[in-house]
Amino acid sequence: MKNVLFVAVVVLLLGAGAYAALFIAPTDAKQGLIYRILFLHVASAWTGLTAFFISFIANVLYVWRRQPKWDWLGVSAAETGLVFTTVVLVTGPIWAHPVWGIWWTWDARLTSTFVLWLLYISYLLLRTLIEEPDRRALLSALFGIFAFVDVPLVFGSIRWWRTQHPQPIIMGEPGSGLDPLMYKVLFFMWFAMLALMALLLRQRYLLEAMRGDVETMRRQWEVA
Amino acid sequence: MTLGVAGPTAIRFENIDKRYGGLYALRRVSLTIAAGECVALAGRNGSGKTTLLRIAARLVRPSSGKLSFSSAEGGENIAAQNAGFVAHATMVYDELTAEENLLLFARLQGIAQPGKRVEVMLREVGLFDRRDSLVRTFSRGMRQRVAIARALLNKPGILLLDEPGTGLDPQGSAWLAETLRRMRDAGCTMLMSLHGESEISALATRAIRLDAGKIVADTQAGASVRSILAFADA
Amino acid sequence: MSLLANTTILLGKELRTEFRSRELLTTTIVFILIVLVLFSFTFDPLSEEARRFGSGLLWLAFLFAASLMLQPCFLREQTNDTLSALRLSVSDPFAIFLAKLAANTLFLLLTELLLLPVFAMMYNVPVLPVLHWLVLVFFLGSLGISIVGTALSAISAQARMRELLLPLLLLPLLTPILVASTEVTGALLDRAPYVQWKGMGFLAVFDLVFLTTLWLFGEYLLEE
Repeated sequence: MKNVLFVAVVVLLLGAGAYAALFIAPTDAKQGLIYRILFLHVASAWTGLTAFFISFIANVLYVWRRQPKWDWLGVSAAETGLVFTTVVLVTGPIWAHPVWGIWWTWDARLTSTFVLWLLYISYLLLRTLIEEPDRRALLSALFGIFAFVDVPLVFGSIRWWRTQHPQPIIMGEPGSGLDPLMYKVLFFMWFAMLALMALLLRQRYLLEAMRGDVETMRRQWEVA
Repeated sequence: MTLGVAGPTAIRFENIDKRYGGLYALRRVSLTIAAGECVALAGRNGSGKTTLLRIAARLVRPSSGKLSFSSAEGGENIAAQNAGFVAHATMVYDELTAEENLLLFARLQGIAQPGKRVEVMLREVGLFDRRDSLVRTFSRGMRQRVAIARALLNKPGILLLDEPGTGLDPQGSAWLAETLRRMRDAGCTMLMSLHGESEISALATRAIRLDAGKIVADTQAGASVRSILAFADA
Repeated sequence: MSLLANTTILLGKELRTEFRSRELLTTTIVFILIVLVLFSFTFDPLSEEARRFGSGLLWLAFLFAASLMLQPCFLREQTNDTLSALRLSVSDPFAIFLAKLAANTLFLLLTELLLLPVFAMMYNVPVLPVLHWLVLVFFLGSLGISIVGTALSAISAQARMRELLLPLLLLPLLTPILVASTEVTGALLDRAPYVQWKGMGFLAVFDLVFLTTLWLFGEYLLEE
């Protein structure tokens, strides 16, 4: 029952967010309708980073406490973050093509997001390559910590590089010339996305917890 | 005495658990080994012998429980460096010479006059004239001797041995038994895991059997050394 | 035994082992040479482009070479379980990392400096006037590569498919090094060479951040 309620709330929030993005936010003079994808694109980026931050905290807690639940949270948050990051990478070209005529602009933030995506794919790949659960949890937590520490350095370096080599076209900087109403819609969309993130996170966490139990039982059965 | 012992040390395991992802390698193991005791640890493969030894060597952290050491000189806080550890693997570098290996570990442990100590140990284990040969060129028996020399560099108060006789020919076995006997007589506390009876098991003053991570027999509790070792692989 | 003393002793061992066989050095040098030659087929090495792209290719070659060179770092400690012997002998496990990353930095730097004249000849770039600055950027970049590479080598040594895993984990993490080093090196090899202090500073920050992270979490990487 609680689950259904949760889902209902998330759907409502997303619906409201979509409505706001499509109808409430003012029209952009230059880009027309397509700019509205910004609300999905930017909100997903922020949500993805939030999820990765949660993963980082979980990783640190696992190394410190060694309780399996932190490992479950860590991998769930990383996967959830990856979902939102994928949305960013997909909406990027969808936005770029009608506006600038090219699919990929190597814009600083988009490029950094791509590296971020690769980092967490590596995190998941690492997990598939270690069989023993405690080892897997510890080593992937440690890699997760290194990966997250790297994130500001990645974004910082690529951004600095872009100032050295300015692109002829730059992706719409939300910082530059966003109407205050647009900001409100963006923040609301982010809030809705966070709710979705929480839902996905919870489902994934429960799945991982179950997997953990099954694996324990299977190993005990194998030994007996 | 070249095979000296810095300070015989007692070991105490209190309710030691070691879990590997839900499986218990050791379950509520409580054991006190007095300073100078020579304990033989028997049990099937997978019974937890290696885990117990590695925990005593502080290479593995227990999932729960407490491990403590005490000696007359050092009191309660003994660094792991006071324990000598000999395992299946030789724990020495193949691409360095015998002397280079021992010098490395002697210096790392901060042993005074490392060069001299290394020379003494090399003579002790009979490898002085092969000191400039790469360990890669050594036979199994010779490698085991380097391993023992490495473990004894620091005049340890505890000696932990994981099936030390494996792969040794009768000559090597006899040499090992003799060396261990001298360590025991010098007062070193010893905990060694074994498979069945041998010259080495004869040194033990106490025997313990592990099964599925638990202590199931102890000569201290009345069982005989022979019975414990005889059932080791049953 | 102090951290510094232990590190020095271990560093001596690493250097002695490598200079006895020179396996790592020779294979790394040959690999970079191969990469440089292969790159030359993808554009005109004598053109103006070579100057612009040269530094990027050089650092790419270094990164690829490093991701191979760093693999044996902890793998070779597994053969006879010498890692356990080290853990038993040193008072601070960080000494093991410090010694290895110092050795790796030295090896990388050595191969880079040996290949610099070859690169200069092949791509017709003047390096002598800016040699000391090049050494500095090579050092800062190689240090960053070694710090992260040594840490990740400890992780990949405990997983399956480790030969493929290390580059997979390492290369995304080292993106900031590639970006900053390429910029600084490019500026030094420019027609009007200059020192990119921001880039140098960035590399130093990267090195410091990851050295600190390694110091905080290193001992867990060595756990059994």
